[in-house]
Amino acid sequence: MSLIRKTAAELGAMIAAGEVSAVEVAEAHLDRMAEVEPQVKAFLHVDRETTLGQARAVDARLRAGEKLGPLAGVPIAHKDIFTTHDMPTTAASKILEGWRPPYDATVTRRLREAGLVILGKTNLDEFAMGSSTENSAYHATHNPWDLTRVPGGSSGGSSAAVAAYEAPLATGTDTGGSIRQPASVTGIVGMKPTYGGSSRYGLIAFASSLDTPGPFARNVLDAALLQEVFSGHDPMDSTSIDAPVPSVVEAARHGDVSGMRIGVVKEFAAGEGAQAGVLARFNETVQLLESLGAKVVEVSCPAFASALPAYYLIAPSECSSNLARFDAMRYGLRVGDDGDRSAEEVMALTRAAGFGPEVKRRIMLGTYALSSGYYDAYYGQAQKVRTVISREFEAAFHQVDVLVSPTTPTTAFPIGERADDPMAMYLADLYTIPSNLTGNAAISVPCGLADEDGLPVGLQIMAPVLGDDRCYRVGAAVEQALESRWGGSLLAKAPAL
Amino acid sequence: MTVETAMPYDEALARFEPVLGLETHVELGTASKMFCGCKTTFGAPPNTQVCPTCLALPGALPVANAMAIESTIRIGLALNCSIAEWCRMARKNYFYPDMPKNYQISQYDEPLCFDGYLDVEVDGETVRIEIERVHLEEDTGKSTHVGGATGRIHGADYSIVDYNRAGIPLVEIVTKPIPGTDRLAPEVAKAYVTELREIMRSLGVSDVRMEEGSLRCDVNVSLMPRGSSEWGTRTETKNVNSLRSVERAVRGEIERQAAILADGGRIVQETRHFHEDTGTTTSGRSKEEAQDYRYFPEPDLVPIAPDPAWVAELKAGLPELPTVKRKRLQAEWGLSDLDMRAMHNADAIDLVEATVGAGAPAADARKWWMGELARRANETGVALADLPITPAQVARVTELVASGALNDKLAREVLEGVLGGEGAPDEVVEKRGLKIVNDEGELSAMIDEVLAGNADAAEKVRSGKIAAVGALVGGVMKASRGKADAARARQLILEKLGVSE
Repeated sequence: MSLIRKTAAELGAMIAAGEVSAVEVAEAHLDRMAEVEPQVKAFLHVDRETTLGQARAVDARLRAGEKLGPLAGVPIAHKDIFTTHDMPTTAASKILEGWRPPYDATVTRRLREAGLVILGKTNLDEFAMGSSTENSAYHATHNPWDLTRVPGGSSGGSSAAVAAYEAPLATGTDTGGSIRQPASVTGIVGMKPTYGGSSRYGLIAFASSLDTPGPFARNVLDAALLQEVFSGHDPMDSTSIDAPVPSVVEAARHGDVSGMRIGVVKEFAAGEGAQAGVLARFNETVQLLESLGAKVVEVSCPAFASALPAYYLIAPSECSSNLARFDAMRYGLRVGDDGDRSAEEVMALTRAAGFGPEVKRRIMLGTYALSSGYYDAYYGQAQKVRTVISREFEAAFHQVDVLVSPTTPTTAFPIGERADDPMAMYLADLYTIPSNLTGNAAISVPCGLADEDGLPVGLQIMAPVLGDDRCYRVGAAVEQALESRWGGSLLAKAPAL
Repeated sequence: MTVETAMPYDEALARFEPVLGLETHVELGTASKMFCGCKTTFGAPPNTQVCPTCLALPGALPVANAMAIESTIRIGLALNCSIAEWCRMARKNYFYPDMPKNYQISQYDEPLCFDGYLDVEVDGETVRIEIERVHLEEDTGKSTHVGGATGRIHGADYSIVDYNRAGIPLVEIVTKPIPGTDRLAPEVAKAYVTELREIMRSLGVSDVRMEEGSLRCDVNVSLMPRGSSEWGTRTETKNVNSLRSVERAVRGEIERQAAILADGGRIVQETRHFHEDTGTTTSGRSKEEAQDYRYFPEPDLVPIAPDPAWVAELKAGLPELPTVKRKRLQAEWGLSDLDMRAMHNADAIDLVEATVGAGAPAADARKWWMGELARRANETGVALADLPITPAQVARVTELVASGALNDKLAREVLEGVLGGEGAPDEVVEKRGLKIVNDEGELSAMIDEVLAGNADAAEKVRSGKIAAVGALVGGVMKASRGKADAARARQLILEKLGVSE
């Protein structure tokens, strides 16, 4: 089997055993990228020499006897929202075109320390605002299952790269579903760790209280291995949790749900607005869990219905402030600086030219929601909803160990279909948003193909704050049972590129 | 710029009653900035004390400086405030090129310290200033607007920004409105800022140098007609950079507002800029349409929840506060209220205390600081503490006088030399040859010469008019160019003339 079809764990083991070098593995993936990128367009920035340089350095470290982790030498696609000192970082925005950060994000640094080799920076919705990657200021990314469809978003470049075998692993960030939804629609695994479980330092902020870095992989164990690499307390991020990292790898190796109590979120299983094929696969998977020895109960979380509107007040409010720093003064795009215009005019012209329509929409929404006289009715009220949702989660986790739902109401939609309909686009995150508002852990694992379109469906498994290991335990059990039923991974059913 | 009329102060006070409010910003003297590890050294080359966080590079995050939080709580405790058990930082959103994030991390409705007071003494009376809040925030960068008439961004040819100051921890201390100060309003304002400055010094939290901007004061003034209880519209005067300016700004604003009101005019709620040279203010930004800062809790930082036991420890560990210390020193030094107040007003107490600490008797230390040195400071227009002489050097001069090596006249010359950069007192004595003439032979010869040249005076003394000896002593001092020991000379003259007292 060619190197690109191998799992990250397998590649790591082969490299550690000296059966293959990090350079050879990187070259195999760079070659694959050269082959399929014209169709998939998952990457914004690829620099073969920089990547091979990293791979050579890892080989040298290994030869020198340095003890590196299980992913040393394994290539990874890195979402272009994490700063990298040796590659440009743009957040897929024109306002940062060509910007080369002078520093590495904590996630980037930890990848390097563990010996992962960065293949390039992946495409995303501008500043991670979107669910299709169509909001990238550079180009759309195509779903490897069907090139006319979106790969999800905002981390669509990462999900597409992994699903297209361009990389065995990828990083993402999840603010409202930006890891789980793309993983779901591309038939791979995507995990949103507990908020604060992975550092935001060097992650270009969209909504500070929601943004969470997390892993993409083609299987549950690889995702856990990657999460373990970049998790853990970071003194540079005040909101990072100073507690032991949940033992996710251990959990991923021991998929077992016997005796576990699993709650089906009643409001999300009712299927309003959801695709029939998505619900069918979801219901079958719930039955599967029962057959594996789990006790399944229905749990009602009525406030989850208010999660979407609350999110669309909180996230834009925070982004309206976070994106104020893009003012043409210190870095990035500068427009209209002709020597006559004032700083204020240059700022305004730059922001008008540098931000795309969705970013502007959210900045305006947020500016409005925070305005004096409206704050209590909008931002203040949304924070109250957030508290109510937290209480519902808490109550639910008294009854059950994890909650499950479909990851997203539909399979991958065609490129362009929702581009002019923000509300339809926002609905893609209906089931994922509650976990962002409360900070709890949630994963998406493939659970089959929808009958009507033959496209992947994801199962979302939600666990309490710092209960990340439960996501992996249940996810691994589902993966094991389904893959034995399918005779391999779901991705093997994808049409060849 | 329009020339504004002012009503004479006495007339203004006869017709109106002022209400004051003071907002004071204190830059904390922490080694690192509020939210990053950058240094805070004043005067470093522009943009050399910066990092991703204080430059607001994409992705960078703030981490709160624990020492700054501790200092703020200590300030709050010294100002008799309650300390919040739980509070958050907030973002204050507005665009300005010297603010890298285009929001300032500050505090909004959850200040760290609140509801305190500070007692100040003015004209022997104690005035209680109520403190509304003490909160923690970060400083902005420093803009320099080049070209244009006003030194402000509008109309400037170009502007340059130094971000070294961006992110330095800043404590804002806000008073409640202060009514009832009447004609003492300017003095009360000055006394308050003076007292605040001394508290900061005694806490060791800031170097509180107004001229370097580490203590900045905004002065709010409004007037109400005598007999009315309805407060008028207030203005906020910024750029008040010395204690004297605080006083002048209040006085000037009372006079200006009184003239407008007496003329049937209306006070515009606005920011005004104080001009050191003229002592007047000019109109700045109008606050009638309040800028919407869209405050919201800072999501990048966790709430601050000081453990009450720790706060109690901090309270117990507060140093002796300036008012208490002044009372103690007054008793120790045996000074009258008037003398003590004079020293306080001259900002001499700490200097005298330090000089006493360096070994000088209190009376001598006080004499030099309040006399010769105060005169020098006044002449050159610098603060007493900024004279280029240390308390230890003053103590050395008093020691030389006490030992008889110098007399007062020579001591003044030594001080002049030290102030002129000629070195330490002993070096100045050496270089200028200022030792008292102790050689009896030399002195005796000088006296003989003087007696020979002043036969009339000598005769008078011989005949019992001892008062006439003054002229002879004066002659000796003149001949010695001040270096003779006057008391010894007098003694020798009387001996030579065979007269005893």
